[in-house]
Amino acid sequence: MFEPFQYDFFIRGLIAATVASGLCGFIGVYVVLRKMSYIGHGLSHAVFGGAVVSFVMDFNFYIGSTVWGFGSALLIILMTRVRKFIAADAAIGIITTSSFALGVALISHYHKFTRNFDAALFGNILGVDSTDLAAIIAVTAVTLGLVVLLYRRLLFTTFDPEVAPFFGVDTNWMDAIFALILASAIVVSLRVLGATLIAATLVIPPITARLLTDHFGRMMGLSVLIGALSGFFGIYISYYVDIASGASIVLLSAGLFTAALVYSSLRQRLTSMRRIAPTPSAAQTQHALFD
Amino acid sequence: MLHPYPHETDETGPAVQLRSVTCGYDGRPVLFDIDLTVMAGDFVGLVGPSGSGKTTLLRTILGAVDVYGGQVIVNGREIKRGAAHAGYVPQLETIDWNFPVTVEHVVRMGRASHGWTPWISRRMRDEAYAVMERLGIANLAQRHVRALSGGQQQRAFLGRALFSSPRLLLLDEPTAGVDIKTRDDVLHLLDELNHEGVTVVMTTHEINAVAAHLPWVVCVNGRIIAEGPPSDVYTPDILKRTYGAEMTVIQHEGMTLVAETPHSIGRASARHKAKAG
Repeated sequence: MFEPFQYDFFIRGLIAATVASGLCGFIGVYVVLRKMSYIGHGLSHAVFGGAVVSFVMDFNFYIGSTVWGFGSALLIILMTRVRKFIAADAAIGIITTSSFALGVALISHYHKFTRNFDAALFGNILGVDSTDLAAIIAVTAVTLGLVVLLYRRLLFTTFDPEVAPFFGVDTNWMDAIFALILASAIVVSLRVLGATLIAATLVIPPITARLLTDHFGRMMGLSVLIGALSGFFGIYISYYVDIASGASIVLLSAGLFTAALVYSSLRQRLTSMRRIAPTPSAAQTQHALFD
Repeated sequence: MLHPYPHETDETGPAVQLRSVTCGYDGRPVLFDIDLTVMAGDFVGLVGPSGSGKTTLLRTILGAVDVYGGQVIVNGREIKRGAAHAGYVPQLETIDWNFPVTVEHVVRMGRASHGWTPWISRRMRDEAYAVMERLGIANLAQRHVRALSGGQQQRAFLGRALFSSPRLLLLDEPTAGVDIKTRDDVLHLLDELNHEGVTVVMTTHEINAVAAHLPWVVCVNGRIIAEGPPSDVYTPDILKRTYGAEMTVIQHEGMTLVAETPHSIGRASARHKAKAG
C-alpha cells in the first residue's frame, strides 16, 4: 500500500495532482456558474498555442503561456459582454481554436522540437519536477488569496454581472482577475492533467458539488474536496492499474459525479413522495368520508 | 389611494435630471430628447407599452446605456457611461434561479463592495437581518431563492437594494407576475420607504395600480408623452398616444381607472353590421 511512496517522482506527482485538481475544482465553481464550462477545454488548447509560441521565441514557458491564456480568456469574456449576441461557447470556439491552430501551424513550420508536446496534450505525471510543483503551489496560494479578498465581489459578478456595477462592484476588474487566475491554473495544471483532460477537472467537481448543495460556500468547499480526492486517488490508482494519470483522475471524478447524480435523484424522489403522501389527519378524513 | 401628492422631504433639489437626453444601445437610439426631473422624495411610475423604453430610461439613470446627446445628472453628479450608485431591483426574469444562493446571500450582495473579507461584520449582519425582518423574509434567510414565491423573491431582491442604503431606489417591473395581494403589499412597502425619504422610480405595466398608489406618472413611448398626477395624465388622448390604443378613463370614488375600449371584430362585427343594416 505504501510502496509507491518510496519514489520521489511519485510523491511529487501525488502532491501536484492533488493540489492542481483541488485548484481546478476551486476555480471551476466560477467557471460552471458563469455557464462557461467549455472555457476550460478551449483555454487549455489556447495555452498549448501559447506554449509553442513561447518555445519558438525562446521565452519562459510559464510566463509566456499564462500571458497567452490570460489574453485569450479576456478576449472571450470581452466578446460575450460587449457583443451580447455572441454566446460564450461561440466566443470560446473562435478564440481558442484559432490559438490552438497557431500552435499547430508553428509546430509544422519549425520541425525541430526538443520539448515533448504529447505531455502537454495528455499530461505526464512522471515528468513533474520541483519547478512545476513550486509553480502549482504558488498559483494555488495566490488564487486562494485573491478569491478570499474578492469573494463577495466575485460572487456578485458571477451571479448578476449586469447589476453588480450599480452596487459599486467593478465587474471589469473582476473579469480580468478571473481570467488571470483561470489562465494561470490551466498553465500550471497542464503538465499533470494535459490539455485534453484539464476541462474535466474544471467542470466535473463543481457540477458534482452543485448536485449536493444549494449553498455557494458549501459548493466551493465540496468542489475542492472532490477535485483533490480525485487527484490523490487518481494518481494512486494509476500507479497500480497502469493507466495514464490524467485519465485516471478524470474517470474517478466522473464516478463521483455518477454517485452524486444517483444520490440527488433518489433524494429528490423521496422528498416528492413525502410531499404527495397524505398526512394522518387527511387519511383519517378520507376514511370518515367513505366509511 | 395611499399617497395622493408628493410628500414634503428634508432633502431638496432634484435626485435625477435628464436634459435633452437621446440614448440607446450599439449606436441605435431608443429614447429621444428626454427631459425629466425627479425631485428628492418623489415616487414616480414609468408606464408605456412593451419596447417603449421604460427599462432603458431606468438604465440611463444608472449610467448603463450609451448617451448620444444631453446630460444625465444623478444626485448632483453628471453620469457618464459607467455605473451610478443606486438601489436597483432588476426584472426577476433576468435572474438565474439555479444559482446556489440563499436569501441571505442575495441581501448581503447589497454591500458586496464594502470590505475585503469573505464574511461581513456582526453589525452589518444585524443590519441585513433588520432589512429582512422589515420585508418579512427573515425566517426564509437560509432558503434557496428558487424555493420562494414570486412575492418573496421580489422582497429578497428589494432587500438587496435596501441593504445598500440607497437614497434613490430604481425598480424594473416590481409588480410583474405577482398576485393582486402581493402587488398591493409591494406597493405599500415602497410607499413606506418613500415616506422615509427614499426617492422611488419604478416601471410597470399596471396602469391602474399606478393610479391607485403613485402620485406621479410618466408616460413613455420612445420619448416622454406626458407626466403628472395620474388624474391629469390618464386621459384617452394621452393614453392613445402612449399605447396606440383606444382606452376609456373612468373616475370612480376619487380614483382614476383605465379600461380597454371593447370593439367587435370578425363574425361578431359582421353580424352587428347586418343587424344595423
